[in-house]
Amino acid sequence: MIRLEDVSKRFPGGQEALKNLTMSVDKGEMVFVTGHSGAGKSTLLRLIALIDRPTGGQVIVDGQNTRRVSRRKIPAYRRQIGMVFQDHKLLYDRSVFDNVALPLVIAGVSHRDAARKVRAALDQVGLLHKEKRSPETLSTGEQQRVGIARAIVSRPKLLIADEPTGNLDPDLSLEVMRIFRRFNEVGVTLLIASHDIALIDQLGCRRIPLENGMLQVEEEEDFVSEYAERIGIDVEPGPWR
Amino acid sequence: MALTKSSDAFVPAKPARPVTTWALRHVSTSIGALGRLARQPFASLMTILVIAVTLALPAAMHVIIKNVQSISGSWENALDFSLYLKSGTSIEDASRLAELIGKRADVQAVTLIPSDEALEEFKAQSGFGAALDHLTENPLPHTIVVRPGSSNTEQSITLMHEELANLPETDFVQADTEWVQRFHAILDMLQRAIAIGAGLLGAAIVVIIGNTIRLDIQNRREEIEVTKLIGASNAFVRRPFLYSGLWYGLGGGLLALALVGYGMFALKEPVGRLAGLYNSPFSILSLSFTESLLIVGTGVALGLAGSWLAAARHMRRIEPR
Repeated sequence: MIRLEDVSKRFPGGQEALKNLTMSVDKGEMVFVTGHSGAGKSTLLRLIALIDRPTGGQVIVDGQNTRRVSRRKIPAYRRQIGMVFQDHKLLYDRSVFDNVALPLVIAGVSHRDAARKVRAALDQVGLLHKEKRSPETLSTGEQQRVGIARAIVSRPKLLIADEPTGNLDPDLSLEVMRIFRRFNEVGVTLLIASHDIALIDQLGCRRIPLENGMLQVEEEEDFVSEYAERIGIDVEPGPWR
Repeated sequence: MALTKSSDAFVPAKPARPVTTWALRHVSTSIGALGRLARQPFASLMTILVIAVTLALPAAMHVIIKNVQSISGSWENALDFSLYLKSGTSIEDASRLAELIGKRADVQAVTLIPSDEALEEFKAQSGFGAALDHLTENPLPHTIVVRPGSSNTEQSITLMHEELANLPETDFVQADTEWVQRFHAILDMLQRAIAIGAGLLGAAIVVIIGNTIRLDIQNRREEIEVTKLIGASNAFVRRPFLYSGLWYGLGGGLLALALVGYGMFALKEPVGRLAGLYNSPFSILSLSFTESLLIVGTGVALGLAGSWLAAARHMRRIEPR
């Protein structure tokens, strides 16, 4: 579903967010990208959503090389992907219903079809009874669920989420993850950026750990050098390398 | 409906019939834009008022010129030649000549004023009555007043003037067209000046609407970013702003019509009274249907142009970050 080949992203300031990253996510997988803030998680998702373009390498999403998606084709490309954001990115001047309906309005779905789909999506996140409310009157957890309903209302095959539980307490986080899990069970591919290791371990999904824009493969070595640093000794590169 | 139970959960969203959807989408976007203007009635009304006044100015000037032209146009039709005959011409020759001229196709009417009659009239009107009684002979010639037909052009009038002057009986032909021509030249010049002014005011409307829409775009920057993020095209994001511009222009155009209409209404009575004093059947000419349509259409076109410029300039720059 997603394949990154030797992808680099260097920002104009010279800062490298991703360095020769190669990874892939299969169809129907639910995968977490983990790492500290600044490790390149958001950048990775931004490349997939075509908010940014890589400075090197290929990003292939559902068989489409994003390099070949022209500026004019970006909207149509984005409509195939559901996106969930840490800060929800809801529109506060309209109701929950209208927020969730927005992707369908953009796609030009007829009003009747749209109403049916919006209600189905709201039902899936358990907010059907709040469709007429303004997002402002909802709790953070509920707002995030509205954001999720909006992401899945046009039934995308791929859903990407950037720190979807970043602002939520553990119970609400688990609830959101369970919703994601249910989508995954019906075939949606999910790529979720999160630093909540405990929660991810609870779900038992594959992890793609990032550090400084690279795959963090040799965890033990890092552990040793980190530990050595903490207790204040110099460690020569040893035979474990 | 739970997703897990739904078998058709991943059939991609199918758009409805394109034309209907397209029309519905435009209708709902335009109503949405109108609603947005209605939610800020004072600001919207101010913008519409500025546009209306800017449109009403050249429209009112145009109406004034049009009315003056219609008055002066009737002068031109009433432009007669006075054919003063040589003093030796007998009254019989004069009337024969008058009859002959009256038969011309390009002449509408001919009046013969015999010298005696002319003298009587002169005595009565000039106030020299008593002094003129002492004259031994009538110094005034017979006069034929020729009224050219309305189908004459400027050239044919000039030609007729020459022909009449060349008649053997003619002493002198008087046709005082020059001041009318000058007057018309002035009117033409004024009309040109108004057209130039209208062009500048039109540019002002584009700027006013463009600026209003630009502020609107800035205020809704976040909304635009989010909509683009979930797959809205530039055209989709632009559309409500274009409709705002259209509504501003339409509102301004209609209000301009109302302003001009009210002005005409206020002038109708005094103008009628003035015309009555001159025994003139003149009544004030209002804007024709086509002209009204043109004013409203201009408002709409300028509104669209202004919002298009603003949207094209600023929309591209707003990309999700």
